[in-house]
Amino acid sequence: MENFDVIVVGGGPAGLSAALSAAKAGMKTVVIERGDYPGTKNVMGGILYTKATDMVVPEFWKEAPLERPIIEQRIAMLSGDESIMAGYRDPAWGVEPFNAHSILRVKFDSWLAKQAEKAGVLILTETLVEDLLYQDDRVVGVRTGRAEGDLGAKVVIIAEGVNNFLAVKAGLAKPLKPQAVAVTVKEVIALPKEKIEDRFCLDEGQGATIELYGDSTAGLMGVGFIYTNKESISIGVGAILDPMIRNNWTPNDLLENLKSKPYVKRLLQGGETKEYLAHLIPEGGYTSVPKLHRQGVLVVGDTAMLMNSLNREGSNLAMISGKIAGEVAAQTIKTGDVSDQAMTVYETRLRDSFVLKDLHHYRHMGMFFEKNEHLLKTYPKLLSQAAKMYLSADGTPKKARQKEIIKMAFEHRSKLGLIKDVYGAWRALL
Amino acid sequence: MKLDDKLFLVRFNTDKLNHIKIKDPNVCLKQCEDKPCTRFCPAHVYDWDEEEKRISVGYEGCLECGTCLIGCPFGNIDWKYPRGGFGVSWKNG
Repeated sequence: MENFDVIVVGGGPAGLSAALSAAKAGMKTVVIERGDYPGTKNVMGGILYTKATDMVVPEFWKEAPLERPIIEQRIAMLSGDESIMAGYRDPAWGVEPFNAHSILRVKFDSWLAKQAEKAGVLILTETLVEDLLYQDDRVVGVRTGRAEGDLGAKVVIIAEGVNNFLAVKAGLAKPLKPQAVAVTVKEVIALPKEKIEDRFCLDEGQGATIELYGDSTAGLMGVGFIYTNKESISIGVGAILDPMIRNNWTPNDLLENLKSKPYVKRLLQGGETKEYLAHLIPEGGYTSVPKLHRQGVLVVGDTAMLMNSLNREGSNLAMISGKIAGEVAAQTIKTGDVSDQAMTVYETRLRDSFVLKDLHHYRHMGMFFEKNEHLLKTYPKLLSQAAKMYLSADGTPKKARQKEIIKMAFEHRSKLGLIKDVYGAWRALL
Repeated sequence: MKLDDKLFLVRFNTDKLNHIKIKDPNVCLKQCEDKPCTRFCPAHVYDWDEEEKRISVGYEGCLECGTCLIGCPFGNIDWKYPRGGFGVSWKNG
């Protein structure tokens, strides 16, 4: 049996970041990836955050295959054919030090894997890890699907993604529940770059994002998104599985519903769909975070449910958790103590960073939205009616119109209901 | 755009081994009235075969998201990843 210091299961942003930091600290490291190469099994929306990535590969933007730096983020609320929008734009985000880029994961992850290889990491592809290897209660490696495929390690980092088979088998995590995952489907739609730049009011090379709430998900708890790539648009929609099942929606119908909205249709016009993708997003939040370590094992990225959906941050939480895990693995191996107790350093460092701080901050959010399914049905409608009434120049005196708007609002939601919603949102989000 | 046309765009390295099993077809027939797997799977891998009175599984088109494992109300779908090197191979991701 071949032995390594560190085995990383899974070649996504979390796993590759973990392998990079372990190898940089002198560890003999292997990444075991089930696809033909890191990237070919990987899906996200996909926004990559500069700061976190820079901490893993300094000045990555000089070489990495990125799509567009994001200079504008819009939020739209759809109600039937109507829409309300807000946004923020700063051209300064289009140049160093940037804030975020759109990416396509096949290209980016394969580049990140090459950086890991340069740092000395072995990438073992087309190999599925089936279980951890134990000696008594101690984890001593992994069992792969290959013949004579056992590999030994002092520390195993589980970066298997949202489907947490190994973490469950190791007694660290629980099987996922339909309330805690969003089923997300996406299309990559090719469009000439001039068209993208014209439609989104962008200078050459700049990018924009739009998140869409309300009828974009047919009022289901979830969000639609549109991201500009170099010569394509990524458009997708994700909704929590439980309400999706209860409301008899299919994921593809939800996506087609979003694409048919007038505002969205115009942005995509003339484009050609190149790929249709599906992925689960862990939405369980802070309370769903599994046990993050045991003797000889660390859990990172989506497997650790490290996802801040409100701010649409996931890749950065994955990469930082991976980087810290790689460092902690190296440090504990060097001191010769990989006990569960020694591994707590990983959790402590995550708690001291934005990763678990942000999840903790939004810990009530999941429950708030779960218990208030009316929010994404009532408010987009209420707000667009209010906007329409306010903006209609039909001869009604404004004072009377304002009274009408308030009356209309209370027809949608009682005074007590409104107060409850505002208080609930304040508690969940602030 | 129809789902079948979209799935046609996806690249697969299809395994001859099926990585998905219905644990007990009787559960689908007798206990599961609603058969939500025929709707929630983004690739429509699951279909109710009225003649055979069972769920047919088109594992070749599985996009490997894992929804079925979580969504089946009876926990009756044994879904695993395909063997290493097989299954979906994204072009963009």
